[in-house]
Amino acid sequence: METGQLVAALAAGVQSDRVLFREQDTAPYECDGLTMFKAKPKVVVLPETRDEVCHVLKTCKALGVPVVARGAGTGLSGGALPHADGVLLVMAKFSRILEIDEDARIARVEPGVRNLAISEAVSHLDLYYAPDPSSQIACSIGGNIAENSGGVHCLKYGLTVHNVLSVTVALDDGSIVTVGSDALDSAGYDLLALTIGSEGLLAVVLEVTVRLLPKPEEMRVVMAAFDDVTKAGDSVGNIIAAGIIPAGLEMMDGPAVAAVEDFVKAGYPLDAEALLLCEVDGTKEEVADELARVEAILKESGATMLRVATNEEERLLFWKGRKSAFPAVGRISPDYYCMDGTIPRKHLSLVLRRMREMSERYGLRCANVFHAGDGNLHPLILFDANDPDEVKRAEDFGAEILELSVEVGGTITGEHGVGIEKINEMCVQFSSDELTQFHTVKAAFDPTGILNPGKAVPTLNRCAEFGKMHIHHGQMPHPELERF
Amino acid sequence: MSLVETLCNRLAAKEPVSVIGGNTKAFLAGRLKDEPVSMREHTGIINYEPTELVLTAKSGTTLQEIESCLSEARQMLPFEPPRFGDQSTLGGVMASGLSGPRRMHLGSARDCVLGVRLINGLGQHLKFGGEVMKNVAGYDLSRLSVGAFGTLGILTEISVKVLPIPEKEQTQVLQCNQAEALDMLIQIGRRPYPVSAASWIGGALYIRLSGAASGVESAALAIGGDTLNDAGQFWSSLRDMTAPEFNPVGEWLWRISVAPTTPTNTLDAFCFDWAGGQRWITTPPNDLSPFELAARLGGHATCFARDRESGTGMQPLEPGILRLNQRVKEAMDPHGLINRGRLLEEAH
Repeated sequence: METGQLVAALAAGVQSDRVLFREQDTAPYECDGLTMFKAKPKVVVLPETRDEVCHVLKTCKALGVPVVARGAGTGLSGGALPHADGVLLVMAKFSRILEIDEDARIARVEPGVRNLAISEAVSHLDLYYAPDPSSQIACSIGGNIAENSGGVHCLKYGLTVHNVLSVTVALDDGSIVTVGSDALDSAGYDLLALTIGSEGLLAVVLEVTVRLLPKPEEMRVVMAAFDDVTKAGDSVGNIIAAGIIPAGLEMMDGPAVAAVEDFVKAGYPLDAEALLLCEVDGTKEEVADELARVEAILKESGATMLRVATNEEERLLFWKGRKSAFPAVGRISPDYYCMDGTIPRKHLSLVLRRMREMSERYGLRCANVFHAGDGNLHPLILFDANDPDEVKRAEDFGAEILELSVEVGGTITGEHGVGIEKINEMCVQFSSDELTQFHTVKAAFDPTGILNPGKAVPTLNRCAEFGKMHIHHGQMPHPELERF
Repeated sequence: MSLVETLCNRLAAKEPVSVIGGNTKAFLAGRLKDEPVSMREHTGIINYEPTELVLTAKSGTTLQEIESCLSEARQMLPFEPPRFGDQSTLGGVMASGLSGPRRMHLGSARDCVLGVRLINGLGQHLKFGGEVMKNVAGYDLSRLSVGAFGTLGILTEISVKVLPIPEKEQTQVLQCNQAEALDMLIQIGRRPYPVSAASWIGGALYIRLSGAASGVESAALAIGGDTLNDAGQFWSSLRDMTAPEFNPVGEWLWRISVAPTTPTNTLDAFCFDWAGGQRWITTPPNDLSPFELAARLGGHATCFARDRESGTGMQPLEPGILRLNQRVKEAMDPHGLINRGRLLEEAH
């Protein structure tokens, strides 16, 4: 379809200055947080009203034009990568907080509202919104819905799906429905659970109602250093076995610690093979109790150094190190590639050892940050994007890590989503019948497939092709899978 | 041939299949049209590692077996599932999606599900989700299946998140009327107290505190009231609805799910749970007015009457949502073979 024709059809229901199609206007939208993949959209629309969103959807459905919705564009799996023949629907202008009900402890917000802005808006009420992805300063709640975002406090406070009461969405035909409600559950199938984490393939988010929690009275964090990664991993199991669910439980390996300390000066010990941050929260009495127990367990588990942040400033500094891990690694390498597998925690040392072998084999450095409480591992592969061979090696290294995650009983993505990045690895995790089931569920919402096509769930043909591409040592990976 | 294979074959041959677990919730969500197959023989805990906080079991495993296994490691199912008989199975618990008093604090049955294996309407045995806390690969068909009464697929294996049993639990009782109770809970909800259940029944508000002993004791002091002696018995009678109020003679029992702050002057309940989110009322037999009432309040009603003879007893869905429900059912069970008569089909 001609760009001019499409623009004219869109402009019939969208104010014309909200429709961008000149190359210099669309170029800033060519990628999201995963910069390895780029595509210029044919048209970018920045709607400001629900009617405009619905007009875009109806128009695109009638013309068979793909629509990719985008929030803040911070996603790390290319979920908001534009479609070269399609419309990029940028929801950034839906940025109002519509209602805060302090009695019900809920907030009604538009999808473009930033994650952290919700907590900031209710901070004076001593409330907050719990899920806190590291990008929370920039990422939008609409994008959080698409990805079912997590954060560093998931083990205790859950993911996006556990903290959202309802979502109002526009469907492919421009109709609007609300899934979920202000009640704690809804009649019929749990379409809310289905919508959250659907990566923009089922519907476009127009409004979100989130649960707010009372701020803990006190938060304390303890930092523990270990001379051995296995001991650090075991200490996590020991804390949980003692019946303690910490608010946050994060681990970094030696290379990550070195990069972070150089950048943030958080006071991390540079000789540590693994560093653990464990946060406990609650009432003053609870925190004092749990902290003492956690310290004892860490000591017994072989920690070589223990430090409890003595004040709020120091607590935030300890966390700043962890939350700055990605940019810190960005300083020591021209580029890095962040992976997102989740593994049963008991396999941590095996997985780290295998990754060290891979690191040597591919000739690329790798630093690890790990949501240790919930098993979500973020290996950062260091490479130079100007060297095509390094790019290729980084991609292969990443793919091998994801396949290893599946092999030990985990998953290819814990919180970043499949997007375009991990679409091939979906063929490793799911059988063709399972992938087909995903496609039929998608078709239940979007029968003509205009919403974010080509993402999240691979076609069976793509898997067959991928199977051929990835024959290692003359052997097909996962020979039990059907191939086409 | 295993039960799973038999069920797969029957569905692949386009034969209708209905399944039950312990058959303790047959009175909910409609009546099965076809003679059901019991999943009870498909039993056993497949994987349980306390430090991973995950348990995986076959769907026919009884709640009793699972809970006794968990309690050996001082762990529990976080959502405190109600049981209406000792044959309740994990599959039945998830299919019905019911949660107990602790739901307000630690989440619902759906919230605790990490992965399932299910047989879809084509007789394919599929696996979704997994055994890890965080997993966003593919649509969340595991949590979608919770509360579907088996109509989207026959659950064969379920992985759930488990949690440690709290070090200490203590229940405070405060005499007050229902409106005062809701007001008090709004205030208490703004404070970071370790409240794990909050219910009003018989002219008193019951607040259960769970967690580290010191935190529980300090919160109990702040909240006030009297400490309940036989608290365990109280909460299980509420959870399983064995208290006499839940078995009214000659009347129908209804569950109304609403926003917890819904005022009492719009809804005259004899009991609430979940800090006001789950309310219980009774009506004369065959009075379907709770559906309108719940809809007006932005919630939904479920009929718990055991002597109901027609209809599913489930809230009629608004057209847009009904259409999506029907399409999702079609996507999972295109020939409409599984659990005919339950949940959706007899709605209205």
